[in-house]
Amino acid sequence: MSKVLMKGNEAIGEAAIRAGCLNYFAYPITPQTEVAEYLSKRMTEVDGVFLQGESEVAVSYMIFGAAACGERVFTTSSSPGISLMSEGISYITAAECPTVFVNIMRGGPGLGGILPSQADYFQATKGGGHGDYRLLVMAPASVQEAVEMVMQAFALAEKYRNPVMILGDGLIGQMMEPVEFPERLKIEPTNKDDWATNGMGTRKSNTRNLVKTLYLNPEELNAHNLKLKAKYEQMAREEVSFEAYNFDGEYQLLIISYGTMSRVCRTAVDMLKDEGIEIAMLRPKHLFPFPSGPIRDAAGKDSCRAVLSVEMSMGQMVEDVERSVAGKSPVHWYGKCGGDVPTPEEVIEAVKKLVDV
Amino acid sequence: MGKTFHKPEALADTITHYCPGCTHGVAHRLVAEVIDELGIRDRTVGIAPVGCAVLMYNYFTFDFQESAHGRAPAMATGIKRVRPDLMVFTYQGDGDLASIGLSEIVHSANRGEKFTTIFINNAVYGMTGGQMAPTTMPDQRTTTSPFGRKTVSMGMPIRVAELLASLQTPSYITRQSLTRPKYINKAKKAIKKAFTYQMENRCFSLVELLSTCPTNWGMTPIDALKWAEEKMMPYYELGDYKTPEDD
Repeated sequence: MSKVLMKGNEAIGEAAIRAGCLNYFAYPITPQTEVAEYLSKRMTEVDGVFLQGESEVAVSYMIFGAAACGERVFTTSSSPGISLMSEGISYITAAECPTVFVNIMRGGPGLGGILPSQADYFQATKGGGHGDYRLLVMAPASVQEAVEMVMQAFALAEKYRNPVMILGDGLIGQMMEPVEFPERLKIEPTNKDDWATNGMGTRKSNTRNLVKTLYLNPEELNAHNLKLKAKYEQMAREEVSFEAYNFDGEYQLLIISYGTMSRVCRTAVDMLKDEGIEIAMLRPKHLFPFPSGPIRDAAGKDSCRAVLSVEMSMGQMVEDVERSVAGKSPVHWYGKCGGDVPTPEEVIEAVKKLVDV
Repeated sequence: MGKTFHKPEALADTITHYCPGCTHGVAHRLVAEVIDELGIRDRTVGIAPVGCAVLMYNYFTFDFQESAHGRAPAMATGIKRVRPDLMVFTYQGDGDLASIGLSEIVHSANRGEKFTTIFINNAVYGMTGGQMAPTTMPDQRTTTSPFGRKTVSMGMPIRVAELLASLQTPSYITRQSLTRPKYINKAKKAIKKAFTYQMENRCFSLVELLSTCPTNWGMTPIDALKWAEEKMMPYYELGDYKTPEDD
């Protein structure tokens, strides 16, 4: 299939359709509104469902209701909107309904700004809503990768009966890049008759299904939480995903970076290599489960004297990096969080403070 | 001689957790009878609220989803948009629908979502133990209005049926009462009409039911029924506020 030039947000909308998801509910918010604009036309063409809800709170429950009756469904939003959806996300995770949420992050806290950011790392990976739950979090670094992750997200959501979040920064949504939609990532409808409230007649059953999150009996609630925990542990075993860059040399420092920020770091690594300074980069493609083992191994290399987490936040992922490195090497943070992406020169300056030049 | 009275198939054969004298049991039965009579049990999905009726799915024999506080109309919207063939109803109390979920119910009604809402108005938060609701009557004492609801600071009770009937989108909006058999028969007719409109894919419908909460009102069941008729009914007048035929 030939490549087409598309804006990230529009490509994300198209990717969902190509994956086999024809139901979309959303509320406008910069910098992801183009997804809703694109799908308001496109869903009509494919006989799908598009609905602009009255708020992100309502949208998260429209998603819940639709997913709970067994249909494939997704939404997109940006940081303040995801905060509002976080109530619903907690319920949806507790109710084990497969759903896909896309967060095209903007600066915060509060209204913050509308420029790119990675400041929702905690919210996405540690939970923004209440209770013990986890999302499988995918972090694309290009429009093509965003397309592929959106398509894979539906299969993963259904595999785990858990929401999957695509965590992209504003640049992923706003920039245009050539993309293709791999036919191999289209997923067929899965049978959800054993749990979905799709009507007893639909599944030709006399047994009713119930989608709920209330467990008043402490033993039942504990058992429910243990069941959820087992799924997150399975994700940790099966869904770790990362890219290792320039790992072959005797690197002095290991950069950990994801999303758009990792592309800047890649350039910085190349520029430093030209100066004779070897730096490696590990890019988590999935933020939950986090690639702790690979980071620990990479940081443990004899030549590696420090680890630097580079992120467009005031230091969030760095906490997971510290946990992963577990004292094997000093861990540092560099980042900016106003909306302008650090330049390769700024990353190089931060690196040079930590290595022999 | 055949059987003249039996438990509806849509109703589970079990004991409920509701207090003695509570009208939830009557409302449940009416919904179950209507679902039986319309023959829609195998394609119905109920949505339980947060409030006393959160466990209502234990008392019915068809698919159920359990909502967060106030969000049932959004869940119902999600279902109806992706599965218009399913019969969907929400069952919500006054704290759930008229306070935290006011936005969801107004916008669902305004979009003309093709589901049915059963709205239990008993002028108080039940499950949390009798706090003031948007529908609490002026000077009515509750655990959070111990000196009575003061309208100067807390406003007048919200008339949900009138509020939703003011929307321009066609709908069926009615207020009925569960306080005596005559009204209960009318309430059942209204519920059946509401589900029928949904089956015909006609409109959104809301049936408000004036109900009692003897426990939190601190009254006997009989006194509670009297109080509802004497204090609530003059302010919350019964009748159809809007039908799709109006437009």
